[in-house]
Amino acid sequence: MSEPVAHRTVVFDESPRVHHLLDRENVLGPVMLAPLLVYLVALVGVPLVLVFVYAFSDASTGSPTYSFVGLSTFQRTIADETFRTALRNTIVFTILSQVVVIVLATILGFVMTANFRGKWIVRFLVLLPWTTPIALSALAWLWMLDSLFSPFNWILGQLHVVAEGTPVAWLGENTLAVGSVVALQAWRTMPLAAVILMAGLTSIPPELNEQAAIDGAGFWRRLFDITFPLLTPIMMVAILFGIVATFTDMAAVYILTHGGPGDATQVLASWSFYTGIESGSLADGAAIGVFMFPVLLGVCLLMLRRARRAEVL
Amino acid sequence: MVARAQAVTAARWVVLVFFALLCAFPFAWATFTSFKADADLYTVGHVPFLYNLPPTFDHVRVLFQETEFLTFVRNSFEIGVIVVAITLATAVPAAYAIARLTGEWGGRLAMAVFVIYLVPPTLLFLPLSRIVAELGLQDSIWALVLVYPTLTAPFSTWLLVGFFRSIPRDIEEQAMVDGYSRAGAVVRTVLPLALPGLLTVVIFTFALTTNDFVYAVAFISSSSNMTISAGVPVELIRGDVFFWQSLMAATVLVAIPVALAYNFFLDRFVQGLALGGVKG
Repeated sequence: MSEPVAHRTVVFDESPRVHHLLDRENVLGPVMLAPLLVYLVALVGVPLVLVFVYAFSDASTGSPTYSFVGLSTFQRTIADETFRTALRNTIVFTILSQVVVIVLATILGFVMTANFRGKWIVRFLVLLPWTTPIALSALAWLWMLDSLFSPFNWILGQLHVVAEGTPVAWLGENTLAVGSVVALQAWRTMPLAAVILMAGLTSIPPELNEQAAIDGAGFWRRLFDITFPLLTPIMMVAILFGIVATFTDMAAVYILTHGGPGDATQVLASWSFYTGIESGSLADGAAIGVFMFPVLLGVCLLMLRRARRAEVL
Repeated sequence: MVARAQAVTAARWVVLVFFALLCAFPFAWATFTSFKADADLYTVGHVPFLYNLPPTFDHVRVLFQETEFLTFVRNSFEIGVIVVAITLATAVPAAYAIARLTGEWGGRLAMAVFVIYLVPPTLLFLPLSRIVAELGLQDSIWALVLVYPTLTAPFSTWLLVGFFRSIPRDIEEQAMVDGYSRAGAVVRTVLPLALPGLLTVVIFTFALTTNDFVYAVAFISSSSNMTISAGVPVELIRGDVFFWQSLMAATVLVAIPVALAYNFFLDRFVQGLALGGVKG
């Protein structure tokens, strides 16, 4: 690893000493890493610590200084009804949307692994929800779910489910609004999960299934005893990405419902934003955000565990 | 057997069409809406799936001529270019060092870098808003230039590590034997071979900076400094005046190029995720 390689290199050297030093791998490595590490420590590491510092303080956007107030910010946060709704919604939205994603992404992954004509256009279309900036697709949904002009209203009117021309409060009625946000989150995280599953499916050696078929295992038996168990680890990666995306997102709620009606669709990220930026209370906003941390930590640990296992292979 | 195969093919197409509709319908609807005349769009009772009045380009023209849409596009583009430069300047050397020079602890560092990719903007935006304010960058595109590499550099580094590892060491060692310094050898041999990876980083960085919503709405207040993805939904619908056709045109005009870009690097991205690339 660290054999000296300096003798090979001094050919067109103007500053021999610097070059000599940089040709030593144990010096060059850290030097090359330094810019990235300094940057990440300053703009991810320090802010991450500051979130916790703010949560124990009375920091606000109005004043440049702040003092520590112990747990009182947390006490206020936990006592707040909106916060509790937001916490519950964040968990419920994430679980519901990811259950939908597991089912749909598995089906899509299966049909997309086959080779067929026109695959590229199908792939382009099914990837759109993932590739489009969430704020813009939420805007498209906002129009699609317009209470007066939604195409679904017209269809429901034709089917006489609702009287023709009556508004349907897709985003203005609690259950419908919750359903709309969950649907949007499932819709936008599903394509990535499907794509990751596709990669997993193609990496299963076909001989396994062929041999099992020869041994008399039927389609469903092979599906449940070979394919699904082999897919589980990669499915987990897909779902972990989906969990992070849904759990920490604020754009969908911010644009689609503004957290409403009332606070029925408020989530931690949006409530933290409204409190910290729009109401200017950094401390309260940070205390709300801190409640995202345990789930993120859990996801990171699971990812790392999987990574370590992959390295053994 | 033939009948069965045909049935399978037919069933597959039914499923595929279902998914294509599910995924693309909001965009198809947006496109269809963009060309509708006001009197057509806003009349309850009109069949919404038809052009009851002749389609019009008027609202697309309004988007380009009478809104700040093009300003948003220019801001996003400028930010994208600068962030690409910063991302490459930090990620390329770091990835090379992790892949070649640091051995055991480099691998662990690669994992740490990947984990940083999972720290979301919605957790960091409050302290960052204060840092941005203290640096005097609030309401300036430079605030976004400063923070966007936190989104792009970790992932790019992780991606490039995989690329550098797939290039045989012999190639640059041969160049070093031939008299090049390590830096010279890397520039002449490794970087050209890693070009697809560098291109992926460029596209990915553009896509991610376009995607951000949180930082843009938290740091930027005047519409002349807004990016596309925050400016269109926030600035173009200030007040209660919605001009839906223009908004939908903007959505589609951004969604399509970004999707094309993603399709370009998707295979590489998936390969990395799927084949244990997470191990760094």
